[in-house]
Amino acid sequence: MMNYPPGKSASPPPDPATDNASPPAPGTQSAPAIHAENLTVVRGPRTVLRGLDFDVPQGQITGLLGPSGCGKSTLMRSIVGTQDKVTGTLQVLGHPAGAPTLRSRIGYVTQAPSVYDDLSVRQNLHYFAAILDPGRAAADRRHDNVARAIADVDLTSHADALAGTLSGGQRSRVSLAVALLGTPELLVLDEPTVGLDPVLRRDLWDLFHSLAADRRATLLISSHVMDEAERCHRLLLMREGEILADDTPEALRTRTHTDTVEAAFLHLVDEAATTASPQKERNR
Amino acid sequence: MTPTLPTPNAPRDATTAAPHPRALSYFRTTATATRVLRQLGHDARTIALMLLVPCLMLFLLRYVFDGSPRVFDSIGASLLGIFPLITMFLVTSIATLRERTSGTLERLLAMPLGKGDLIAGYALAFGTLAIIQSALATGLAVWFLDLDVTGSPWLLLLVALLDALLGTALGLFVSAFASSEFQAVQFMPAVIFPQLLLCGLFTARANMHPALEAISDALPMSYAVDAMNEVLRHTDMTAAFVRDASIVAGCALLVLILGAATLRRRTR
Repeated sequence: MMNYPPGKSASPPPDPATDNASPPAPGTQSAPAIHAENLTVVRGPRTVLRGLDFDVPQGQITGLLGPSGCGKSTLMRSIVGTQDKVTGTLQVLGHPAGAPTLRSRIGYVTQAPSVYDDLSVRQNLHYFAAILDPGRAAADRRHDNVARAIADVDLTSHADALAGTLSGGQRSRVSLAVALLGTPELLVLDEPTVGLDPVLRRDLWDLFHSLAADRRATLLISSHVMDEAERCHRLLLMREGEILADDTPEALRTRTHTDTVEAAFLHLVDEAATTASPQKERNR
Repeated sequence: MTPTLPTPNAPRDATTAAPHPRALSYFRTTATATRVLRQLGHDARTIALMLLVPCLMLFLLRYVFDGSPRVFDSIGASLLGIFPLITMFLVTSIATLRERTSGTLERLLAMPLGKGDLIAGYALAFGTLAIIQSALATGLAVWFLDLDVTGSPWLLLLVALLDALLGTALGLFVSAFASSEFQAVQFMPAVIFPQLLLCGLFTARANMHPALEAISDALPMSYAVDAMNEVLRHTDMTAAFVRDASIVAGCALLVLILGAATLRRRTR
């Protein structure tokens, strides 16, 4: 099933036929948060994503793992709706990816910290909070949200420092705090723990788990550090623009008779190379 | 904290439920303007340069033409319109280029922020600075450097503000075609200098080669300078002034809209 012919953007206009067939049901727990069919993205001369089919379940942490350059960031941009030349089906929270109604429901953290270096941490967050939750009446709520987001990423002691004067890890935490403002139903985090010390990484993963458990938020977290995979509920293993595996960490280890996700990933890569067709592996 | 009480969460739900945010949100626009001004607030040197350099130039000019005050009147009035245009062009092109390259633009456009909010926010912030800059320069010129204006200094200020908006609009627009600060700065001679040469600052436009005069008729800065000269010579708001000022305002609006079109929600 293809919503959109190749060459057209995935978001506008929604096909009425498919819309009626699968009505948007954001409250339904069974509906996947993200549903992709034959998702293909072309950037310049390169086909970065090649016909991906996958679902991301609601209220869970899904890890997106794979080597650098395999298309993780492009997939994430497609999901938040900032990627051009997306073909195939990509439904996010019951709407086509990039639909304007999704903009306040998704928190997105790019790989490079995207904050204003010439503003303090607090000023950065206050600005983004004003965009997400505008109005004078919401001032108190914004203030609370900003304080909570700063505390969530453990930057309270640096709240009034300019973002540009912080260390790399601290700046990426400011960027993460922006995504935690408000109450996003879907958090798309592109390598949020790169360059952080082990204590902070553990704390952030605890935070991610509490977001999923307490707020029923869906998290899609990319990483190329395989040991983080064990902390996810589900994994999407990617390689060269294709999905190598879509399973729970336990099932992956069992299926490949390995002890770690890293070994499982290597096993799958070798297997794909010998069969020369990753398609077969995925459909098994 | 009173988590048990049902605090009024309705406003948020109402805003998030709206599938199409209004074309221009007052709150988001002013929040953006405040943010831009705060960024500049951490950069006292830039503010000082923006506000003081035009004054210094006028001061220099006054004593360069010490022996011929009539020349200072004409050039000084024209420069009161040109300074805000150049300053705002430079500041806006760099600021929006940084917004594009730092990833904050991508982040903002993935949020419920309208492109119009962002552009209007920038225009509002830099317009505010332009008012301060023009007020300082006009006040200095009229009261301390004896610039002889027949018309009202308020009209000078109005034209200066329109010029500043034009500069903001042009800066915003060209920043889409620059991929580095080096390129952005080079757009200043490319976009501003030809207008500077042809706007009638150095010689009356009627005395130029007909081809150049025709080109100067198509450049917005010419009308900015014409409007300034109208204020210089006439006590009342003339029809020519209204026309010139409207052309500058119209150009600013047109380029702002073109600038909005260069903000892409999707990266290629």
